[in-house]
Amino acid sequence: MNLPASAKSHQPRTEQIILFRISGQTFAISSASVQEVRSVDNIAGMARDLPESHLRKVRHSIRRGDRTLYIVNAAVHFGLQPQPASLVFFLRRTRTALLIDGIDKMTTMIRLQALSLAFQGEERSWYRGLTALDQAVVPVVNPEGFLSLEELTLLETTQFSADARSLTSENPGAQVQ
Amino acid sequence: MTSSPETVLQSFVLLRLGERRFALPASQVAELVAPSRIFRFPHKSSVLEGVILRRGRMIAVCDIAEQLTGKKLDTRRFNLLATRKYGQQLDWIAIPVSGECELITVDMMPATANDSPHVDGWLSHGGEVIEVLRLSALTPGPADTLLPEPLHNFAEARS
Repeated sequence: MNLPASAKSHQPRTEQIILFRISGQTFAISSASVQEVRSVDNIAGMARDLPESHLRKVRHSIRRGDRTLYIVNAAVHFGLQPQPASLVFFLRRTRTALLIDGIDKMTTMIRLQALSLAFQGEERSWYRGLTALDQAVVPVVNPEGFLSLEELTLLETTQFSADARSLTSENPGAQVQ
Repeated sequence: MTSSPETVLQSFVLLRLGERRFALPASQVAELVAPSRIFRFPHKSSVLEGVILRRGRMIAVCDIAEQLTGKKLDTRRFNLLATRKYGQQLDWIAIPVSGECELITVDMMPATANDSPHVDGWLSHGGEVIEVLRLSALTPGPADTLLPEPLHNFAEARS
């Protein structure tokens, strides 16, 4: 059925989100941003060490098709106490594979409020905004906010060095943490 | 003969932070509410504690007592919900206060160049001389879009 334009405009815009945990803190991400969810055990054999990475939050990379993705420890990224991660989100249209503790549930977000202008730190790139769910406030992460362009450039340089070394010595699958 | 300093008749909300009282233009104060749960999440804006949820709006909480009195509040009786204006955008902020607030209408003596940046002016009330606070100087915000005009002009513009 086609609704009149006026009726359509009054329908609230909703978005499917995934609520997930990192070090006891709940975050949300648009389900459209998550291409794939894998267990850490499942990718351990495919991950490659990046021992010379200058970024504490990235210690491994993984090859997916013709692209290298960087495995970001979300707890370190947000400055939380790292705990053993159990899942990896492969984020769509980014070079990020995100280590998280677990998924709480999928739900629908009906309102996304922009971060207050009082927040002036890195959080402005970390989050798309905040949403209220069941009388609680949940930050909605920005999938592109985990690795900046500068960080990606650094990682690519590190990866290049690691690849060059692996030509001379065999590199077995890494233990992802 | 010296000319008397220019004064502006305005309404102000007097707020208590520990032993001291301060004032905010009433036009910037939206509501005084009981303290409610502060939702915390990772961020790098160190002076902010998190956000409260009020009528569906998520409002950043900023304790300004330490900057003004040298110590954090021992008791928080209310959150004063105030607004700051950046260009055309109104931004809300919750200020914990330690006592009842009072609405008064008095003349304000505008701040001079010798006053601290957070002082927008001075009031004389009940035998006290009270600082009128410039909230944008006490709470974080996008500095490059701060209103160039003093806050009393902002208050007039809104009324």
